[in-house]
Amino acid sequence: MNQKRLSIALAGNPNSGKTTIFNNMTGTRQKVGNWPGVTVEKKEGNVKKFGYDLKIIDLPGTYSLTPFTIEEIIARDFVLEERPDVVIDIIDASNLERSLYLATQFREIDCKVLFALNMADVARSRGLKIDGKKLSELLDVPVVFTVGNKNQGMDTLLEKAIELAESNYEIPQKRRVKYSKDIENSISSLKSFLENWTQGSIPYSSRWTAIKLLEDDKIVKKRVLNKAGENSREILQQARTHRDFLVDRFDDDPEIVMTDERYGFIAGIIKEVLTTSTKQRIDISRNIDLVLTNRFLGFPIFIFFIWAMFQLTFSLGAYPMEWIDMGVTFVSKSLAHVLPNTLFKDFLLNGVIAGVGSVAIFLPNILILFFCIAIFEDTGYMSRAAFLMDKIMHLIGLHGKSFIPMLMGFGCNVPAIMASRTLESEKDRILTILITPFMSCSAKLPVYIVLAGAFFGARAGTVIFGIYLAGIILSIVTGRLFRSTLLRGADAPFVMELPPYRAPMIKSLVIHMWDRGKIFLKKMGGVILVGSVVVWTLSAFPHNISYSLDYNSKIAEVKASYRFEIETARESDKKLLAKQRDIEVAELIKAKKTEKAEKSFMGRIGKVLAPVFAPIGIDWRGSIALLTGFVAKEIVVSTMGILYVADETDDSSALKNALLSSGMTPVGALAMMVFVLLYMPCLATVAAIRRETGSYKWMIFSVVYSTSLAWSVAFCIYQGGTLLLA
Amino acid sequence: MLLSNLKKNQTAKIVHIGGNGALRRRILEMGLIKGTEVYVEKYAPLKDPIELIVKGYHVSLRVEEAAKITVDNVK
Repeated sequence: MNQKRLSIALAGNPNSGKTTIFNNMTGTRQKVGNWPGVTVEKKEGNVKKFGYDLKIIDLPGTYSLTPFTIEEIIARDFVLEERPDVVIDIIDASNLERSLYLATQFREIDCKVLFALNMADVARSRGLKIDGKKLSELLDVPVVFTVGNKNQGMDTLLEKAIELAESNYEIPQKRRVKYSKDIENSISSLKSFLENWTQGSIPYSSRWTAIKLLEDDKIVKKRVLNKAGENSREILQQARTHRDFLVDRFDDDPEIVMTDERYGFIAGIIKEVLTTSTKQRIDISRNIDLVLTNRFLGFPIFIFFIWAMFQLTFSLGAYPMEWIDMGVTFVSKSLAHVLPNTLFKDFLLNGVIAGVGSVAIFLPNILILFFCIAIFEDTGYMSRAAFLMDKIMHLIGLHGKSFIPMLMGFGCNVPAIMASRTLESEKDRILTILITPFMSCSAKLPVYIVLAGAFFGARAGTVIFGIYLAGIILSIVTGRLFRSTLLRGADAPFVMELPPYRAPMIKSLVIHMWDRGKIFLKKMGGVILVGSVVVWTLSAFPHNISYSLDYNSKIAEVKASYRFEIETARESDKKLLAKQRDIEVAELIKAKKTEKAEKSFMGRIGKVLAPVFAPIGIDWRGSIALLTGFVAKEIVVSTMGILYVADETDDSSALKNALLSSGMTPVGALAMMVFVLLYMPCLATVAAIRRETGSYKWMIFSVVYSTSLAWSVAFCIYQGGTLLLA
Repeated sequence: MLLSNLKKNQTAKIVHIGGNGALRRRILEMGLIKGTEVYVEKYAPLKDPIELIVKGYHVSLRVEEAAKITVDNVK
């Protein structure tokens, strides 16, 4: 049986519970992506109900349908151009008056729309009573009561939507905003003008088009120009004339006057439809805020929540992290036994499995982190966090909402950059994304510990703290710099709703968390895998190296020469001699490995780049380590281990000693730490930057800027420090 | 008087929305229009932004944004 297909668009204000309803309807059958050409999230899902195959599209939450913000443009264009069969406007019942502003605009577009009065339970508990029938009558729109986070009313909603879609419903001409006389005159005059001069070449309702032209809507104007051909100039001229008349008449722009009048119309509706109980009901949300945004308690509590989030992420995440680690090691070891010693085996174990393992290990942490973020968002606490932090963020040139992504950067930059989606303005998003990498991620910490531990002894802790501080300061400076140059422009309005607190639905939280986790695994995992393979390849080849010394025969020689001595020695001396032999052999093996590293492609690249790194106090081995850090910052330490110690032991003191005797100075170590702090982020982060900014331009800029900054600062530190100490 | 001059727990009526561009539009579409009553719920711990109750819901805006709104009927 072929099911009939219908498309349903979900629209509504932010915080109206739209996402919850979308999740209820589509469950796990969602597809998350981006609207074409922009970095705004698009969610689509399917549900089969009442014999229909319904495609549900979640439009971005908006307060209005002006052509100014990208979210509004997307929402409006979808309704105008894609023409869904039905639009469901989800209205927060506790916020009827403001919500009707968007609702009346949908009525003006002439699409089939129905209202979902959501969170009706909260409204009721606050003493608000809405006459749904009257509202439906006054606007000629079907109304359904729903309670999204209790999954109530979903079926009725879909039923009514299907009914509406299938009906031969003539969009009612009455029952919508009627403006004042002068404006209505201009509208009808323009409307007839349009009808005469375009003859249907413009696919929108003529009244709506007339209204938009009077409002000087630049997108509609452009479309009229494109579609109405030669007549368009006349039309726009007419519109202009009417506009000038109205500006003169009202001493203000028509769109402002019309906004006022829309609200006037809405006020009239509210009077007839809404009754507020006179009993003073307790507003729980407000009481909670007496504590959470309290002048004295607000910040401490906020800091506590942040601390709790990180605690949970790392302590709870440690368990699955260990399991995954054990799993990867197990697979690696078993394969090591089973497979013959070939190049492919090396590739599989040290390239592929090591690479995948290093990503998979982070998955539990990332999931928990996103789960916590989802809790903040769904409960409504996120806006309180922005409220508390905005003053400080604004000083940097950012929005209060930037705080959480930046904070997450201390854990891992990848989810931090993905979290910047919560910012509404594209400029704010890009700025936050560019600054976040300077928040020293946890993968860099092992490098600091090794270097600071080796060169600064007891003061290592202070030095590391200084590094973190430097990162924060540089991010502030960079932020202000970019804000006044590249990302110049008026600040995006902060005006932000503080929605009532809500108990989050576990289902929503899990979906939210898993969405992000999936992205992390798919994109980042793929990129890291490729990167690890490349690094492995560069280190493994050329395979047949011509050594300066025939190590293998030398080792055999040493072993042979000792064999005779040991056999003929006294019992008590045997052990000592064996030890001596082992040391000599180890030295040779070490020299062989070092030479292999030097002569591999990776090593050659390191040597070529050595002059670049010399002025900042880093030798060729350090430069190779830094290069491998491109794949993942944790690899820097292990590469240093291989190159300086030529031994894969976990013996940290061995590395320390090797570093101390390598010719590196404390100033050089400091320069290297600063370089690690600032230089281009790991491959996964770079990929995330590209994805979230939607362009290669910003990705390349970020890489170039951070690496240049790293080099410059390291240079100043190394040269300046060496001069000072000389 | 400007909205940004109001103290905690005061009420006032909006007389005029100044400024232009994105901020003005945003303020209007959030329901802060001429004749609307606003109540100052609190100022943030760092004295900025301000939390208001307008048309039955809570909205926050920066002090510099509130300075664009003229009010009277202050109680």
